[in-house]
Amino acid sequence: MSRRPVLHSASSDLPVLMAPRGLPHRAPVHERFTGLPMVRLEARHGLGLLLLFLVASGVAQAQVPPENPSIIASVIRWAPLLLSGFVFNLAISFIAMAGGTIVGAFLGIAQISLLPPVRKGSWFATQFFRNAPWLVLLFFVMFLLPFQFRIGGFTIPFPDWVKATLGLALPVMANVSEIVRGAIQSIPSGQWEASESLAFTRRQTLWMIILPQCIKRMMPPWMNLYSILTMGTVLASVVGVNEMLTLTQQALAAENRAALLVPFYAFDLVVFFIYCYPIARSTVYLERRYAVKI
Amino acid sequence: MSQSPATNEFQSTVWTEDQPIVSVRDVHKSFGSLEVLKGISLDVMKREVICVIGPSGSGKSTFIRCINALTTIDQGSIKVKGQEVHDPKLDRLELRKKVGIVFQQFNLFPHKTALQNVMMAPIHVLKQDKKEVEGRAYQLLKKVRLEGKEHAYPGELSGGQQQRVAIARSLAMNPDIMLFDEVTSALDPETVKEVLLTINQLVEDGMTCILVTHEMGFAREVADHIYFTDRGVIVEHGPPATFFKEAKDPRTKEFLSQIL
Repeated sequence: MSRRPVLHSASSDLPVLMAPRGLPHRAPVHERFTGLPMVRLEARHGLGLLLLFLVASGVAQAQVPPENPSIIASVIRWAPLLLSGFVFNLAISFIAMAGGTIVGAFLGIAQISLLPPVRKGSWFATQFFRNAPWLVLLFFVMFLLPFQFRIGGFTIPFPDWVKATLGLALPVMANVSEIVRGAIQSIPSGQWEASESLAFTRRQTLWMIILPQCIKRMMPPWMNLYSILTMGTVLASVVGVNEMLTLTQQALAAENRAALLVPFYAFDLVVFFIYCYPIARSTVYLERRYAVKI
Repeated sequence: MSQSPATNEFQSTVWTEDQPIVSVRDVHKSFGSLEVLKGISLDVMKREVICVIGPSGSGKSTFIRCINALTTIDQGSIKVKGQEVHDPKLDRLELRKKVGIVFQQFNLFPHKTALQNVMMAPIHVLKQDKKEVEGRAYQLLKKVRLEGKEHAYPGELSGGQQQRVAIARSLAMNPDIMLFDEVTSALDPETVKEVLLTINQLVEDGMTCILVTHEMGFAREVADHIYFTDRGVIVEHGPPATFFKEAKDPRTKEFLSQIL
């Protein structure tokens, strides 16, 4: 008895293997390509930064006149303030990520809507915010929105950091939208067919069958995006938010010593590295673990 | 197709058991410029088992998927229990509650256990009581001889076991008709047997079955009627006893000589 070869691929030109119309049936795309470039931080990068910090401090120390406090002592003196600025960076990153993820998830789902206006509208919004420079978006939000809202008799203040968070949430939203769309479309079309043939509605299929399978696929690019966002929060310094970079500049201005420039910025780099490195590591780990077998 | 019983046309949507449960008339289907089905007609009575055989690319799978509206047709008529499938106003969900399908690639939900795979549709689609569905799911898995595998995930099961879960999952909806789309083609020869045994059980229980298959021995054993398709038309059909011995058409003869 002859056996036919088993065809696993959905991208065949044989009509019998074509997915029915109306279903997303693109060939599975590795989710890495749907997000931003991977942050591949390695431990040696951290060592490099630490070395930079120490060498810079050392070199600076050598130039210090004897009556001034040492470089390391200055850094330690300013560290609490700089770290409080870093906490603000984290707060911005959390809020921007949360908001961007929630709105982006719905935008991503809208991208596979069967209604053309919804699908095309969400596609456009996604592409627009995904392909805009973050800094430009930040400036746009800064100067477009008022510093306070007046609703009825109440005045709701709208401080700079809220606007900066909003500005950063926009590209996050667009990238999450693409991550969600990519993950949904990477689920084999057989899953849609099986669930459809069991009389599940499209909405049930999406929420009960497709999206639960997407979570794993979305985790690595989502964490990668968060890592990039955290590093991007320093952009808020350009629009005057009191985060780590702004405070570093203020501290340097207060000290007024050129020798402190490199050690202070190196300190910032080390702090960001210590925070982002574990995220990058676990992203790589999850990516390997959940690798889509094609 | 010339030899089909063309007299059995009915207008009413009220279906009685003396009428075909599935009635297919002159179905045409094209994908772009490629015409896959060029006028297929056949009837299936309740409790009947029919097998569709034929070379690859002859439109068998497309045909079977048309019956539960996974694929739309361009022309012709398909009636399931008197309900026209080729109708824009068709309630697809109602149709699919009556017609179960099992796929070549199993298509189990990988994030759910075997038991959950079986239970999902009755609970969320038919809104049946969870406790009752659970009891039935255990019975169905026992019936397909997967006792003890209830809490295994599809990834932990062999191909044959997965396919039997897929059969149980379809049966949980209590369908009137079961479609089998080359269900053993993705299995290795040893596990083919256990899946065929399960289908055989269904046939003995009186389930109406439409099978697309390459298992000629099995087709000869279970089918009431065999249809041979090639390039989108039914070339020849008949009960297995005569079909395999007295094939008339040269294309059928050639196909059978290659397979048997």
